[in-house]
Amino acid sequence: MKRPRRQSRHGLLTGVASDASMFRLLAIGLVAGVFSALFGVGGGIVIVPLLVVAGLPARAATGTSLAAISLTAAAGATAYAFHGDVKPGAAALIGIPAMFGVIGGVALQQRIAGRTLTFGFALFLAAVGIRLLV
Amino acid sequence: MDVLAAVLGFVAGVLAGLFGVGGGILFVPTLVLVLGLTQVHAEATSLLAILPTVLVGAWRQHRYGNVDWRAALFVGLGSVAGVEGGVQLAKTLPEDTLRRLFAVFTLLVAANLAWRALRPKPAYPSRNDSA
Repeated sequence: MKRPRRQSRHGLLTGVASDASMFRLLAIGLVAGVFSALFGVGGGIVIVPLLVVAGLPARAATGTSLAAISLTAAAGATAYAFHGDVKPGAAALIGIPAMFGVIGGVALQQRIAGRTLTFGFALFLAAVGIRLLV
Repeated sequence: MDVLAAVLGFVAGVLAGLFGVGGGILFVPTLVLVLGLTQVHAEATSLLAILPTVLVGAWRQHRYGNVDWRAALFVGLGSVAGVEGGVQLAKTLPEDTLRRLFAVFTLLVAANLAWRALRPKPAYPSRNDSA
């Protein structure tokens, strides 16, 4: 397994920059915000394709989506907290292990295409969806 | 149950990093089915649990040069405006309806992932592809 080449020091600071219009980006955020709070998810499934349509490269769209979701999730959790719906103990129980998991996941993403894995995840999610429906 | 929830949390993190989805979409069912939270409580709690995950994920992606910070800021600001609408909608809908809607959403994401896996060109090209 070849270790992916990191960006140069200059690239580290600048990352990527698109010329997507501010209003378009705000509109993407608005849609994603409603969606995120309604379903308790980050909204990456909405943000990533819309950013690609707005002209970002696919990989930059996934990275940028994660950065945007930090604001979305903070706002969503705060809004729900005012209604007393947030359970901090349960959030820590799954959120802290997930924090370590995501480091492994992002590193793996640079190395593998993983179609079988993607398909397996799709099947698993379908099973979860059916379990929640019935 | 707590150990199972923590393990599922870790797995959700790995999948979130891999596919760019999978944090919340796995947190919510874990909270409902394993820890027995209501759908609204699970969604609210999921959003808090997502926060450390996406912060670490964004930091890692930044190190790979994959974050457009200007775009992230504007999308993030736009989402703050939309969040209250989503919260009101979730609190207005009956619990069962919200859970079923979430289930349908999960099935759609599953279909999207399956399509990504089966079509000829990968949606998220590897580092060597032109991105």
